[in-house]
Amino acid sequence: MRIAGNLLLTLVLIFLIGPFVIICIAGLSGGETLAFPPDGLSLRWVQRVFEVESFRSAFWLSIALAIGSTLLALILGIPAAYALDRYNPPMAETIRNIVTAPIIVPGIIVGLALLRHLVVPLGIPITLALIIGHTALLVPYAVRVVSASLVNLRTDVEEAAVMLGASRLQSFFKVVLPNIRSGILAAFIIGFITSFNQVPISLFLTGPGVTTLPIGMMFYMEFNYDPSVAALSGLLAIMSLAIVMLAEKLLGLSRYV
Amino acid sequence: MSDFLKLDKLTLSYGGPTPAVENLDFSMGKSELVALLGPSGCGKTTTMRAVAGLMKPVSGTITLDERDITRVSANKRGVGLVFQSYALFPHLSVFENVAFGLRLARVPGAEIKRRVDAVLASVGLSHLAARQPRELSGGQQQRVALARSIVVEPKLLLLDEPLSNLDARLRLEMRSELARLQDELGITMVYVTHDQAEALALADRIIVMREGRIEQAGTPEDIYERPVSIFVANFMGFENCFELTDGKLKGIAAPSFETGSAAGVAWRPHAVVLGQGPHTGTVIGASYLGPVVEYLLSTPLGDIKAEAPASAPRHAMGQAIAFDLPQAGAVLLARP
Repeated sequence: MRIAGNLLLTLVLIFLIGPFVIICIAGLSGGETLAFPPDGLSLRWVQRVFEVESFRSAFWLSIALAIGSTLLALILGIPAAYALDRYNPPMAETIRNIVTAPIIVPGIIVGLALLRHLVVPLGIPITLALIIGHTALLVPYAVRVVSASLVNLRTDVEEAAVMLGASRLQSFFKVVLPNIRSGILAAFIIGFITSFNQVPISLFLTGPGVTTLPIGMMFYMEFNYDPSVAALSGLLAIMSLAIVMLAEKLLGLSRYV
Repeated sequence: MSDFLKLDKLTLSYGGPTPAVENLDFSMGKSELVALLGPSGCGKTTTMRAVAGLMKPVSGTITLDERDITRVSANKRGVGLVFQSYALFPHLSVFENVAFGLRLARVPGAEIKRRVDAVLASVGLSHLAARQPRELSGGQQQRVALARSIVVEPKLLLLDEPLSNLDARLRLEMRSELARLQDELGITMVYVTHDQAEALALADRIIVMREGRIEQAGTPEDIYERPVSIFVANFMGFENCFELTDGKLKGIAAPSFETGSAAGVAWRPHAVVLGQGPHTGTVIGASYLGPVVEYLLSTPLGDIKAEAPASAPRHAMGQAIAFDLPQAGAVLLARP
């Protein structure tokens, strides 16, 4: 029984981690086409990743988009989470559900809707459209993660600040914000990774000359079937992993999700 | 100045059908310590929050130091508040918790250091200045909360059940420390509590509240020795309180003294005479309390608590026993 359990566990782990390992190894191939097992080992495709101009520009756009839309989502999400938690407004539950909707609705629908009814009719530039789409996707994460850390902060701590002479605004910045700092950082990291790895919404909103990295990789693969995409995938996976592990070590990220 | 703090016809409501506090009038002098005493739900904490500015009154005015503060926001009233839960800032050290109010007031750094050090010394916490609140015991957190409130020198300090989260020994210790601080600094204090012993020990004046109104106000001696109603008498440890109808007790012969128009009469357990007297009861309970034994008697009047010295011969359960409710030790109560 014990042996069977361990065997099952091993199979599940192989199933989960296997593709990641295969891609990493394929990226280290010495051959001309994407293949596993690889034709010998070399770092030439890893090196190639940094030489492809479209990868470079897409990488920086993705980074900027991830940081920008996460910050916007936090600016919208922190006050929303605060108001929902502290003022218990009418229809709080409904508002919470609407705010959470973009997590539940498939990204492909969100992307199509944004394109068809916002971007095309209004003629919004591609970069702005991407920021709007990603921000809408990330607000729910920001609200939920920040709410989780607000629940642990008692309201009388804010009243104590007021009784010592602070205005409501000062008490928010001097008492509330510092105490939910780790929640905000956690929300930032989750938002960053979600945006950076986002495909369906970006697929509709990217356009000529402006593309995010995951979309850029898809297009690249349509025309070039070489191992550089595998090498890039491996690099990105390692980057995401490093961020999450660092966050877990510093903040205990798993408390918030 | 006997009107340092004055509440005039104050009415407070949480939006329910009956107001939490109705037409409350009271005033207190500078450097006085007044206790608001009553069971939970009597409106004492609500009143305190209104004085603090954390709750807007429906009607009425609050005057502090000859200034109408009814519509002044909480952070500009010069009123301090020590919370029942202490409400320390979890992200700041003890020193920074205490310095918080001074920093907001843009007091120069050197003066902040001097004043925080001084107040921490006076509550005996100098050695813990660098600690985080979560590293402190309940009693220590309480002292930080107190230090944080008095360092900004409020005109009025409100304390919301400040000792209720401490264990019995610490409570006594903090009680005498509060008394000492109030003595030394002469701060005007309103002390909210449901513990009559705390109120008696600390307050210059006690205001007993019931269902949003003042039931009785007076010195601790007034309240303890001359309660005006059965409600206050019960609260002040008169275990045996009885209603009078036309000056008579129900169930037994009227006490042999003039009751006038009183609505009730009360005896403390030690005032009941056991072993002699015109009445008879059955022992249905006995508790050994150290110096005395407290008996519970079943009588035609209802259950009565009586005390006898522990050295006296014990009465057995079920035993019929004579007792008297003498005039000496009886307290007449004007209201039910």
